[in-house]
Formats: sequence, structure tokens, C-alpha cells
Amino acid sequence: MPSLDQLRPGQRGRIDALTGNDGLVQRLMEMGLFEGEEIEVIALAPLGDPIEFRLGDSRLSLRRGEAARVHVSLS
Amino acid sequence: MGSEQKRIAALIGNPNTGKTTLFNALSGLRQRVGNYPGVTVETKKGKMCCGGQTFELIDLPGTYSLSPRSPDEMVAVDVILGRQQGEARPDVVVSIVDAGNLERNLYLTTQALELGVPVVVALNMIDVAAAQGVRIDVQRLSQQLGVPVVPIQANKKKGLDALREAISRVALSLPARSASKDDTCLRCGLVGKTPFPEPFESAIAQLRQELGENVPEYLVRRLVLDVGGWTEQRLIEQLGERVRLQVQQVRERLAQAGCPVPAVEARTRYGWIREVTAGCIQRPDQRVVTWTDRIDRVLTHKVWGTLIFLALMFLVFQAIFTWARPIMKGISDGKDALADLLRGRLPPGPFTDLLLDGMLEGVGAVVVFLPQILILFAFIAVLEDCGYMARAAFLMDKLMARCGLSGKSFIPMLSSIACAVPGILATRVIEQRRDRLATILVAPLMSCSARLPVYILLIGAFLSGPGFAWWLPGLVMFAMYAIGLILAPLMALLLKRTLLRSETPVFVLEMPLYKAPSPRLVLRRMLDSGWAFLRRAGTLILASMVVVWALLYFPRGSGPEQPPYDVRIAAMQEDLDDLKAKGKDDAAEEKEQQINALTAEWKRQSYLGRMGKAIEPAVRPLGWDWKIGMAALASFPAREVVIGTLGIIYSAGKQDSDEIRDAANVADTPLARRMKEARWDDDPARPVFTISTALSLMVFFALCCQCASTLAVIRRETHSWRWPIFTFVYMTVLAYLGALAVYQVGHFFGG
Repeated sequence: MPSLDQLRPGQRGRIDALTGNDGLVQRLMEMGLFEGEEIEVIALAPLGDPIEFRLGDSRLSLRRGEAARVHVSLS
Repeated sequence: MGSEQKRIAALIGNPNTGKTTLFNALSGLRQRVGNYPGVTVETKKGKMCCGGQTFELIDLPGTYSLSPRSPDEMVAVDVILGRQQGEARPDVVVSIVDAGNLERNLYLTTQALELGVPVVVALNMIDVAAAQGVRIDVQRLSQQLGVPVVPIQANKKKGLDALREAISRVALSLPARSASKDDTCLRCGLVGKTPFPEPFESAIAQLRQELGENVPEYLVRRLVLDVGGWTEQRLIEQLGERVRLQVQQVRERLAQAGCPVPAVEARTRYGWIREVTAGCIQRPDQRVVTWTDRIDRVLTHKVWGTLIFLALMFLVFQAIFTWARPIMKGISDGKDALADLLRGRLPPGPFTDLLLDGMLEGVGAVVVFLPQILILFAFIAVLEDCGYMARAAFLMDKLMARCGLSGKSFIPMLSSIACAVPGILATRVIEQRRDRLATILVAPLMSCSARLPVYILLIGAFLSGPGFAWWLPGLVMFAMYAIGLILAPLMALLLKRTLLRSETPVFVLEMPLYKAPSPRLVLRRMLDSGWAFLRRAGTLILASMVVVWALLYFPRGSGPEQPPYDVRIAAMQEDLDDLKAKGKDDAAEEKEQQINALTAEWKRQSYLGRMGKAIEPAVRPLGWDWKIGMAALASFPAREVVIGTLGIIYSAGKQDSDEIRDAANVADTPLARRMKEARWDDDPARPVFTISTALSLMVFFALCCQCASTLAVIRRETHSWRWPIFTFVYMTVLAYLGALAVYQVGHFFGG
């Protein structure tokens, strides 16, 4: 099961799980990143980090280190 | 009217939902900015009229949730709970939500519904949502949520009357606010609360009993839900270590009962939001490709996005660096003209000198920053309002992450190359407190435009001309800028690893939809920032300018038989004007030299001159004599003063940094010639200014925080004296050590 940072622009998936139970995970969940949500990577910043993706009606950006905690199954 | 109670409404909402636009539209021009002790966020307050009743409207900082992780985030919760000192509990909370992103925006609303204050939902940007094919059944949504929902278009001022009506209806149909701070009032029953699973609710009820009734229920929930959050830290401080253990046990029990923290909150709230909005929202089957999608294909593109970003930054930089110059020159010329005009009309003496050389100069030194501040804020407001700022942060994040900051620090740092004052004001776009502080503290290390005349003078006089390689002046100038560009990120990294160490803050950046910037909002931000600078930093800058003026002015007399210096100089000045009028050029030149010599004598015996002599042992290792030391001391309030001070001490007459900057050949200016002729007092054969001394002085100016304005702005932005003092001390130490190293190394190699 790949994590969000391994996806290339244009790839879509569904969130399976988030690792950990700290403040980071809480913030991600508040922004709507939790199990079952559809996610699509839109672009990578010039140095390959951070990642821009679409989630529901919003466009969000996360750093690779944080995106690695979001596990996704590709669709 | 006097007996009528003041009603309070608090405005909350996610970032980029048009909250500021709504606040401005509701409260008009009468606003004031306030801040609470111990936090860096500002809250704006305004007045609005709803149904014949005046409301105080509080604009709380934009946030995605009411799960406080820092004192800054706690403000919103404390205000709504009525726990903020000196602030009465609001009668109503207005929650603004983006119709195009309803579910995520309602997350914050569901939290607000648990705070025990009635809520009105303002459904903003319905037009944008409609353009994307999203239709919302407002009436049904209102029924399902159990609170009034009012569709509005804040930027077009549509729907505001209905919103005002809803606010007053909700606030006035209820009994006036009770004095009690207990949140278990009747009002909670009126609004829909997210139904949390039974094990969770009973765990909260039990914990609340254990903690005591004066902890509001909402905070008990936060205590359990926010792992390592601010509520946890604060309650452990207040109630003791036992709380830590109790919370741990509750969390463990909840995990066993299938409600793991923190996932239980997002699952429950989003689950409830889905239920509530089901049947209220109609979406197109196929996602409409929006303008934002198309624009982002270019603007966040690896190559094109970066190129456009660099071009934009060049434009911003060019604007604050060069466009502001003529205006700044106009201000300084206007100030000089005013001084000349007044000098002719006022009686000569210390009072007039204080007024003109002390205060008017000081006012000029404050006002001269305005063009740069206004121009930078015009750009920032446009970039932010149209949605580009988030893309800029996205593009630059990796680069800035290497020094422990985020992409949002880029623009403040870049602006600081023109001037640290607007740069520091621009750090407000950084939400993370520690990142913002680190950026503020290193911004003054960037070589600002006020350092340029110093570099030009010293390079022109001592490092160029016959005997020097043609590329040397350019290289030295580049090196001076490089010092800041290299040291600022290193210092930021050091700060983030030591004093400002924190968990790496989550970098969840929302990329808002692009939209046309609102001219009204842009103008407002420009004026707000300019006014805030004048009001809060102006007095401090003025005061420091007057102090240095006085230290250079007193003592005025040289002996019992001589009139004071200023009187003698004024008399000579009259003679000089006389000679000039008669066309006696040679005699006039001689007189002018006498005036310069006497002025130099006066300033050398002034308090500042004496201080210069006193510190000579300290600056000698830098290769400076006491005159350079004195000039450096005099430029602590504003570094550009150094040119004028050097001009006075070296008897070269009045010198203006603009003259040095615009001079065709700097080495030929009177000041440069005098400096080349300067010799040590105790060794008249040895010139004071060698290449090492010139370099050491330049490095000192590159690194030292000789700018009262910067310190005043740091004080204003951090609400504490600690950080300006820290900045001043670390930069002065760094400057001293840097200058020492440069001189000693240079001297060793015989320069």
C-alpha cells in the first residue's frame, strides 16, 4: 500500500489509514484527510516537495514527510 | 440608551472564506485592532447596527478548527467561552463558511455549536459555488443544522441585511447574557450538537465530574481530544500532574471502546456533517474544470511556475527598491525645505535646533519608511487576496525548509533586502508562531537599502580606482549582500534548533480558488499597515533620534569667555552668506572651512564624542579610531546617519547619503578625500583608513542592527521587549566579532 508521497501527479487513490495519533494526524483529519476519502495528486513543487493534491472540494499542500503518513490505495 | 446592554457578536471562519471582507462590510470604517496579553495574533473589533441594536463585532483569527495547540489558537475559544479577561461573552457567533467547500467549513461550525453560544451561519461565495454547478438548499440546511443559515456574497455586499436581521433575531430573542460563566445554560439546548458515541460522552461526563464544574465542558472535550494540545498543557498547570494521568486513562479506555483519539472527532463530526448536508447539496456528476485548475497548471508548474514566481518577486523587489526612491527623496527634500523655511522665521538657539535638527529630522526618519511599506503591502494584499500567496509558499517551501522555516517566510525575507521594516510587518502571513518569530529575528540581517550608501562610500574611497582590479568593487559589494543572504538562513536554523525549538509545525497549506483582488481590501490593508507603523513605531523612532541629537548637541559651550558653539557657528554662517552675496569666493571658501572645523570641534567634545573616546579601546581591535567609533555610535538609531556624522567629524561639512549614492566618482567627494587624509592621533604618519579598516567597518554595518525603526517594529509585532533586545544584542555581538575577524585577518596579511 503506497503512501501519499509516493504518488505521481495525476494519480488518484482512496485514503486507507493515517499513521500515529498526534497533533499532526489531528490537523490532517480536521482538514478532511481520513479513511475513505478520495485524493488526487495535482503537482509537485520545483524541488519535488511539497505535494499539491485535491481532496473533496479543496486543494491542499503537504510536505513529503507528512504525506508519508497518509496511506493510500490506488484507484 | 445608557441602560441598554451592549451586545457582542464574534466572527469565526476558515482562512480564505472572505471573513475579513465580511467583517469590513458589516462594521464599516470604525474598527480598532487589539491584542490580548501573551499572544501575537490580533483581533479586530468594529461596531455594527442590527435591528436598532448596536453590536460589537469581534473578528477572531481565521482557523480550521477550535482545537487549540498554542496560546494564539486559544484566543478564539476563550473569547467565545467568555473566559478572555476583560471581554464579555458574545451573544452570538457568526460562522462564515465557503459554499464551495461546505463540508470542510462546517467542521469548525460543529465545534462552535458546542460552545454554548447561539450560532448564525453565513454561507458565503454562493455565486462561485453556483458557477461550479454546486446548488445548496439553504432552508433545508438551516433546518438540519438547527441554526439560521443566510446565503451571502460578502464581496458584493449581497445578503448582508438578511444576515444582520438573523444576528439580531438570534441574539435578542434570548434573555440578556447572564453574568454566570457556566456553560450549561439553557441556550445549549437550542442548537444542534454533534452526537458523539456514547462511550465518549460518558467518559467526558465522568472526567468533568473529577475535574470540577468550573472547567467548561468544551475544554474537557478538548483536553481529551487534543493530544499534547494547549488545553492539556494549561489544565495540567492549573490542576496539577494528576490530570495527565487521568487523561491518559480516559484515552486508553476510549481506544478500547472503539473511539480512538483523535480519530473519533473527525469521524464523528464529518459523519454528522454528511448526514446533515445529505439532500441539501447538489453536485454536478462530473467535476467542472475551473479556472483555478487551468491557472494552476501553469502557476504551480515546475518550470513555468518558478519562472513566473521569480519574475513577480523581481517586480516586488524592484518596486520597493526603486519605485519608492523618488517618493522617499521627495519626503526628505520636503523636510529640508520646511526646515530651511522655519529656520529663517524662528529665533536661533537650542530650542529651534531641537525642533528642526532633532524633531523634524526624527519625523522625517519615520515618514520616509511609508512609501516602502505601502508599496510592499499593496503587493502582498493583491497576492494574498487573489490566492497567489499560497502558491508562492508552495513553490519556495523546500528551499526555506532547509533553514527550518516554511515557504511563507520567503517574501518577508526578500522584502528585507529593501528594508527590514516592511519585511517584518509582512511576517504576519506566517501562522506558526515560532516560524514567524525566527523570520522576524533574522530579517534585519539582510542587507537593506540604508546600508548601501555606507558600502558605496567605503568601496568608492578605499577599494577602487588605480591599483585595484576593475572587478573588485563589484565583488566586495556582492560579498556584503552575500553576508546577509548566508547568515540569515543559518541564524534562522540555529534559532529553530535552540531557542525556538518546536515540533515541526504541520505544513497543511490550502490553495484557495483564484479570484480578482478587491481594490477596497487592498487599499485598506495598505492604509492599516502604514497607520499601524506610524502610530506604534513612530514615537519610539522619534525619541531615539532626539536622544542622539541631544548627545551630539550638548555641551554647547567651550569656556567662560567664549559664547556657545552654536552661537559662534550661526554668526560665522551669517558672515559666510554675506561673503557669498558679495561674490568673494576665496574668502567664502575659507570661512566655510572654518565653520566645518569649528563644527567638528564642537561635536568631538559633545557627549557622544566623549563616549566615542571612551570606547576607543573597544573599537581599536577593529581597526577603528575614536572618530569611527563615535560615528558608529551615532548611527545606532538609523544607520544612514553615519554618512552625515562622518561628514561632521571629518570637517567635510554637511553630507547627505543621497549625494554619496548619486556621486559620479565617490572618491572625489569631500568626505572621501578627508577620510583618506585621516591619521591616527597617536601616530600621525599612519593613515586611519586602510583596506582592512574599510572592510571591517562595512562588515560591522552589514551585521549590526543599527535601526531603531526595526527594533520598534519587532517590539510592536512580538508585543514584548525581550525580542528587540535579543535582536539588538545578538546582531551587535555578531557585528563586532565579524568586524574583528575581518580586520585582524586583513591586518595580518598587511592590508
